[in-house]
Amino acid sequence: MINIEIDGKLVETERGSTVMDAANKAGVHIPHFCYHKKLSIAANCRMCLVEVEKAPKPLPACATPATDGMKVHTHSEMAVKAQKGVMEFLLINHPLDCPICDQGGECQLQDLAVGYGGGESRYTEEKRMVNPKEIGELISTIEMSRCIQCTRCVRFGQEIAGQMELGMANRSEHAEIMSFVNSAVDSELSGNMIDLCPVGALTSKPFRYTARSWELSRRKSVSPHDGLGSNLAVHVKDNKVCRVVPVENEAINECWISDKDRFSYEGLNSQERLTRPMIKQDNKWLEVEWTTALEYVANGLRQISASAGADHIAALATPNSTLEELYLLQKLMRGIESSNVDFRLRQSDFSIGAKGAPWLGMQVAEINSRDRFLIVGSFLRKDHPLLAQRIRQAVKAGADANVVHAADDDLLMPVANKAIVAPSGMVDVLAQILKALIIQKEATVPADMEKVAVGDAASSIAKSLASGARSAVLLGNLAQQHPEASQLASIAGQIAELSGAKFGFLGEAANSVGGYMAGAVPGDGMNAREMLANPRKAYLLLNVEPELDMHNPELAMAAMKQADMVVAMSAYKHHATEYADVLLPIAPYTETSGTFVNTEGSVQSFKGAVKPLGDARPAWKVLRVLGNLLHVAGFNFETSEAVRDEALGAACKLNNRIEGIALKVNSTNSAALQRVTDVPIYFADALVRRANALQKTGDAAIPCARLHGDELQKLGLQPGDTVRVAQGNASVQLKVSRDDRLPPGVVRIAAGHPATAALGPMFGELSLERA
Amino acid sequence: MEKIKEFFKTFLLVELLKGMALTGRYMFARKITVQFPEEKTPQGYRFRGLHAQRRYPNGEERCIGCKLCEAVCPALAIKIEVAEREDGTRRTTQYDIDLTKCIFCGFCEESCPVDAIVETRIFEYHGENRGDLYYTKPMLLAVGDKHEAQIAKDRASDAKYR
Repeated sequence: MINIEIDGKLVETERGSTVMDAANKAGVHIPHFCYHKKLSIAANCRMCLVEVEKAPKPLPACATPATDGMKVHTHSEMAVKAQKGVMEFLLINHPLDCPICDQGGECQLQDLAVGYGGGESRYTEEKRMVNPKEIGELISTIEMSRCIQCTRCVRFGQEIAGQMELGMANRSEHAEIMSFVNSAVDSELSGNMIDLCPVGALTSKPFRYTARSWELSRRKSVSPHDGLGSNLAVHVKDNKVCRVVPVENEAINECWISDKDRFSYEGLNSQERLTRPMIKQDNKWLEVEWTTALEYVANGLRQISASAGADHIAALATPNSTLEELYLLQKLMRGIESSNVDFRLRQSDFSIGAKGAPWLGMQVAEINSRDRFLIVGSFLRKDHPLLAQRIRQAVKAGADANVVHAADDDLLMPVANKAIVAPSGMVDVLAQILKALIIQKEATVPADMEKVAVGDAASSIAKSLASGARSAVLLGNLAQQHPEASQLASIAGQIAELSGAKFGFLGEAANSVGGYMAGAVPGDGMNAREMLANPRKAYLLLNVEPELDMHNPELAMAAMKQADMVVAMSAYKHHATEYADVLLPIAPYTETSGTFVNTEGSVQSFKGAVKPLGDARPAWKVLRVLGNLLHVAGFNFETSEAVRDEALGAACKLNNRIEGIALKVNSTNSAALQRVTDVPIYFADALVRRANALQKTGDAAIPCARLHGDELQKLGLQPGDTVRVAQGNASVQLKVSRDDRLPPGVVRIAAGHPATAALGPMFGELSLERA
Repeated sequence: MEKIKEFFKTFLLVELLKGMALTGRYMFARKITVQFPEEKTPQGYRFRGLHAQRRYPNGEERCIGCKLCEAVCPALAIKIEVAEREDGTRRTTQYDIDLTKCIFCGFCEESCPVDAIVETRIFEYHGENRGDLYYTKPMLLAVGDKHEAQIAKDRASDAKYR
């Protein structure tokens, strides 16, 4: 520690830190543009010039290391003169269009110009013009002339997003920020560049001109999408959500959010929103009052319960529902004596039988300090954009990333070892790694692993894991959706135990942990797969779009169509109109209070930011009234907080321990093509599927059947051909595309899109033929 | 002695005469009453009357929808909605001033970066219904179009003091 003096205040700061760090510690504000605490130091805006005693010239505070006994003056005559001079230069080419600029009112340049700029410009020559660039559907660069070349966006791409998508071309007067030739910015974190830009050069395209910053009220919320639970500020004007920005939380999302969190708000204002309860009578949809609709549901459930037994009623909810909704749904179901309730819609193997909620196995922030990773079955970048970012930072700090997966998608970080195999081979690969580890630890190999032949990739992964001091074994979405998920989890757990690693599940959705805590799992009832395989007479759907959210959409739709009664609680008027009997409009996350339990087990409650649209109501209230109508005891909740407290009081513990799964290495090699299914980032839940701008990005392209080049050749197909993809009795027509990052013998087909909704389960065999 | 004085004052009607003298003075003095509407008081170029929206000489409306006037308005009389026009420029889709709320402080005019919203010399306007004094964008533009010559002249006179 060293002592330095800033404006007469003595500060103790770490050796090697900068004057800017010390000033922040002392609470002294030094004006700056290019400096950002999460990015590397560029020192190119020169706004942070300060006077340092014994230095002949002013020095940039962000790039000057603090030394013992240093005396810094931030407001001395020399410093102020330097700052004023820099500001005058910055304003020379900056257009005077603050009145129409979306950044106006929250602009660093505007604020600092008030503090350090002159009242009038001495510059009378022509200003510089920069031509706008087309860089995609999310970021607008129409006013690129406003750029002050701080290069924050460039550094963000290189350092945080892992992908340099913007760069600064040319020099001095001609310097401009541009993307590579004809390419859009398609990072899943790109929206953060909008926040980083200290001026209005990069602005949000969907937000353009919708509101000025002072008109917006800012309300805190929590992301309803991925398992991280990013903290959000929802900006509201006239009871309408106008944009979403991050709230800093170093333990969870740092100061970033993914584009999915940022731009999904467009789905809240979608034309498809359901605003009135509706009942189908004589094949016609009638808008009715809430009381009528709820009475109708209660009567229907009572009748089915009386005639076929309560066991014939099943409830499905998405893991994006709040803790309160999931708790009340399961309480309602158990109250009418049916345990058929589940939220693990995309899973197919439920035999893990964990005694608690599978979770990340560590704090989110601990990821940064891991030195070895084994990531099993995860489309990491797209499924968990910000966790991927943390792993990227760890790798940059020297950690090894090892990957076992069914597709070699670019993680935008160096991967030390990888085993890319078809889904059916993943158990085998993990068993190989386990065996290699056992051999390395000189323990005895159990009898059931004798036959496992250890390959090169597996042994180098094992070597990497064994050499680490703080390793982590993480199971991704694909591993959890895999038909042999319990095998994968069990072996991965053993690998973690043997290598002293933390073992965790990357939560698929906002409440993947909360669902377990709410008890929205069947216990002795039917799980999500069984409910569809053994068709029930009545289904209660909470937020679910069965053809897009389920593991097996074909089976799900068949079950829905045969049911006597389907009650769809949804924020949207979706496909349910074809099979449902009642549509109940419920409120999405900005319109209800609720709680999400993120993948590290943090319980985060939020309040509604706006009033529900039309007659929509928070789902917990709907379920509460439904409970009253069905005379279920203990349904007299007044607030969502009361529901939460009751739910958490009875909640299970976080637990990743897997016991009693016998190892079963399947060595059958079938020649048929296998399906690999990803849930593309912008098809993952109902809200994001209706976010217009996101749906125009590359990540939301219509799914293709993707195959390795060799497989294409074998089948005699060319990329762009249309093929009929048959899976069991189901088939769809898709275009073929070439993807050499896939292992041989697999076809990658995305789920969550109407084009593939007619297909069967997410894994299994399928065949292709030219259409 | 005082009582005797009071007695005579009362009977000689001194107060009445004093009062009549004052009335008489004003009867013959120069009249200051303005015979509105035949006569009108003079107005300064800074007069703050009815609002108007101005256009540029080429016919393009000046307002860019920056909402500074809406933000500064102490009476919350202004309501603006903005959208991007087909040519990419920022324009208002709604610009309403509720003249029953307006207190004619002139802050809107002060805050306008493009001299779009101005207060004119017009003060003789009325509405037969309460809603008639809710001025919308076309009404404000019409006022501006009609009185542009006077508005421009007044702004020019004031320019040297700004």
